[in-house]
Amino acid sequence: MPTRVIAGKTVEVDAEGFMTNPNEWNEEIAVELAKEEGINELTPEHWKVINFCRQSASANGKAPTLRAITSGTGISTKELFALFPKGPAKKVAKIAGLGKPEGCV
Amino acid sequence: MKKIVILGAGTAGTIVANRFKRILDFNQWQVTLVDPDPVHYYQPGFLFIPFRMYSEKDVIKPKRDFIEPPLRLIQSKVEAIDADHNRVHLADGTVLPYDFLIIATGVDIHPEETPGMLDGEWGKSIHSFYTLPTSQALRDVLRTWKGGRLVVNVVDNPIKCPVAPLEFIMLSDWYFHQQGMRDRVEIIYATPLSGAFTKPVASQLLGELLESKNIKVEPDFMIERVDPEAKKIVSYDEREIEYDLLVTIPLNKGADVIGKSGLGNELNLVPVDPYTLRAKAHPNIFVLGDASDAPASKAGATAHFSIDLFTEHFLDYVETGELPPYFDGHANCFIETGFGKGLMIDFNYTQEPLPGRYPLPGIGPLTLLQESEFNHWGKLMFRWMYWHILLRGMELPLSATMSMAGKWKV
Ligand SMILES: Cc1cc2nc3c(=O)[nH]c(=O)nc-3n(C[C@H](O)[C@H](O)[C@H](O)COP(=O)(O)OP(=O)(O)OC[C@H]3O[C@@H](n4cnc5c(N)ncnc54)[C@H](O)[C@@H]3O)c2cc1C
Repeated sequence: MPTRVIAGKTVEVDAEGFMTNPNEWNEEIAVELAKEEGINELTPEHWKVINFCRQSASANGKAPTLRAITSGTGISTKELFALFPKGPAKKVAKIAGLGKPEGCV
Repeated sequence: MKKIVILGAGTAGTIVANRFKRILDFNQWQVTLVDPDPVHYYQPGFLFIPFRMYSEKDVIKPKRDFIEPPLRLIQSKVEAIDADHNRVHLADGTVLPYDFLIIATGVDIHPEETPGMLDGEWGKSIHSFYTLPTSQALRDVLRTWKGGRLVVNVVDNPIKCPVAPLEFIMLSDWYFHQQGMRDRVEIIYATPLSGAFTKPVASQLLGELLESKNIKVEPDFMIERVDPEAKKIVSYDEREIEYDLLVTIPLNKGADVIGKSGLGNELNLVPVDPYTLRAKAHPNIFVLGDASDAPASKAGATAHFSIDLFTEHFLDYVETGELPPYFDGHANCFIETGFGKGLMIDFNYTQEPLPGRYPLPGIGPLTLLQESEFNHWGKLMFRWMYWHILLRGMELPLSATMSMAGKWKV
C-alpha cells in the first residue's frame, strides 16, 4: 500500500489517493486534502457534512452515498454540490479520510 | 415441512428455485415463488431492440416454462413482508409463512424521481431502453429520426448492468453509420461518474474507445432536472446540455414493498453481508440478484455466480447455522462495442477489470478489455444459454469465484 505525507503525517492511501485507514485521519489532514480538492476554507457547513460521513462510516463500515448524506444531514443535493463541487459524495469521502464510496460498480 | 418463500421470479428467483429443485428433498421442503407478472423478460436483449437486432419474441417467455412442480408459483404481488413474524402478505389476501425467505425482487427504473422527465416529452423526445415498452418506443423513434444531438444520461448509480449505457452508445454509433447519417449525429454521454466507467483501468480503456468513435463524455454530471420544453438537462452544479433526443437510464430502485416493510435503505435495497448475501437484520432472509445493497455489479451473471455458491452452502447452513464468506463479488459481462465486435470484463469486489484473456473451457479464450468479433458472438450466444441453461439452474463451465489466470497486470 503506498503512503504519503499529509499535514506532516504519514498515511496509507490507495491508487486514487483515498486514505485507507480512517484512524490515521485528523482535522489538519482534512484541511490539507480540502485544499487539494480546490476548497480553500472549510466552513461549519462543510464540517457538518464531514462529521456526518465519519460517523456514518464508523457505523456502517463504508462511506455514505449522496442520498444517504442528504437524508442524514438535511442538506440538499444542490447545497452539497455548492459545498463540494463536482462529486460531493466522493469529495467528502476523500477529505474525511474514508475509502472511495462503493455503490458505483 | 420446512417452507422457503421466494419473492420475485425473475432471473435470480428462477435460478435459485431450480437449484433448490435439485438439492432439496421435497418430502421435507416446500418452495413457493411469488410474482405478479406471468412473463419472464430476457433484459439484456432490451439493448438490441432499438436497433432492430432483436424483437419482442426474442426477449419474452412465459414464467411457467421455467417453474414446474414441485415448485409452486403464485401469481400475485407481495404487499408486505413481516420479518418479525416470518410471513409475507400478498395482494390477493394470502398470507405465506416461511422458515427461509429469499428476496429476489430486483430493481426497476423510476423516471418520476427526476423533475421534468415525465412532463409531456416522455416517449417523444425523452426515451429509455431499460424496459420492453421503452426499448420499443425508442426503436420507433430511431426509425424516422433525422439526426441531431443524442444525449445518453445515467441519473445515478447503482444501475443494473452498469455497462449497458456504454453499449447502447457504441451500438448507436454503429447504427447511425449503417443508416448513412453518422455525420448528422452528435453523441454525448453525460455520466455521474468521473470517467467512462467506475474502475480506473477499464475507465481509461473504454474512454479511449469512445473517443476513437467520436463520442464525447461529460463526466461528473449529476442531473437535477430535465427541461422538456427547452430540451436540455441541467446538473446540480448548473451545467446544461441541450439535446434533440435524450436517452436516459432513470434512477434504479428496489421494490416499494422493501421500503414499506422497513427492510431497505434509501434506494429500497436490502442491506446484506456482501460475502454471504444474508440480510444484516434477519438471519433467515437472503437477498439474491439486484435487490441487495452488495457492492457487486447488478447483473444476471453476478446473480448466477452467487446463487451457485449460495445453494452449495445452504443445507450446511440450515444444519449448523454457520456460513463461510463464500461470495467474492464475481461479475463478468460482454460489452457490445459496435461493428460486430465486443469485449469482455471480469472482476470482483477487490479486483478491478484488467485486459487479458478469459479461459472458457471447451470454447477457448475470450479477450478481456479488447475488442473481438468472438466476444460479440459470445454475447448473442448468451441469450440461448440464458433460456436453456441458466434459468433452468444447470451449471455453466465457468468458475463462480474469480480467477487471475490470463489477466494482465497493467
Ligand atoms: C438493458 C439491460 C441490459 C442488461 N444486460 C445485461 C448483460 O448483458 N449481462 C448481464 O449479466 N445482465 C444484464 N442485465 C441485468 C440483468 O437483467 C439483471 O441483473 C437481472 O435480471 C437481475 O435479476 P433479479 O432476479 O435480481 O431481478 P429481475 O430479473 O428484474 O426480477 C425481479 C422480479 O421481481 C418481481 N417483483 C417485483 N416486485 C415484486 C413484488 N412486490 N412482489 C412480487 N414480485 C415482484 C418482478 O415482477 C420480476 O419478475 C441487463 C439489464 C438491462 C435492463
